[in-house]
Amino acid sequence: MTRITNSIRTLRFAQGEMTQADLADQVGVSRQTIIAIEQGKYSPTLEMAFQIARALKTPLEDVFQFPQG
Amino acid sequence: MPYQEKSAWILLLASLLSYGWYVTTVLGSLAGAPLQAAAYQAPLLWSIGVSLVAVIVLHILAAIVVPGGTGKMDQRDRDIYRLSEYTGQSFVVIGALAAMAMALAAWHPFWIANVIYLCFMLAAVLSTITRIALYRFGFHPW
Repeated sequence: MTRITNSIRTLRFAQGEMTQADLADQVGVSRQTIIAIEQGKYSPTLEMAFQIARALKTPLEDVFQFPQG
Repeated sequence: MPYQEKSAWILLLASLLSYGWYVTTVLGSLAGAPLQAAAYQAPLLWSIGVSLVAVIVLHILAAIVVPGGTGKMDQRDRDIYRLSEYTGQSFVVIGALAAMAMALAAWHPFWIANVIYLCFMLAAVLSTITRIALYRFGFHPW
């Protein structure tokens, strides 16, 4: 289980209701991979995390969070 | 369902069904004779051959009947594939070592061929079950 959480779903809607398929196309992965990341079932590589943040036009630390403790 | 998970289900079913058919056929042909007297060669080759053809045909059918996803692998698919293959590989090594030890001890070819086939099948089953579980329940490579 990972402690990393993300705000991808919220940020997609903030970006004009971007669909999972749109985000997947921009990042170059399958829609299932975006779904898995959103649900916390997959921790993306650092490179993919940066690509997601770039596609959402948001700084990395606003997309992914790693709570202390 | 991702294409790679569909593919894992196909491989799992093909492995189990072909091995099940092989075991049933060989045991059914014994009629009280000892195991190593069984005519296992033809069923073994048919089992492997039909399994390979079935996997190819089922992949084509799955792509037509159950659309969704492509065969193109992304980073997550590659991570899951790599870990599942590592997991299954253990049985390939066990099978090879067992077969080598049996050959050195001059065991009957029946046992050597069958321990190799059994371990190949177990490797495929373990690998595909691992892959399905990682797709279903999540995967955190780091």
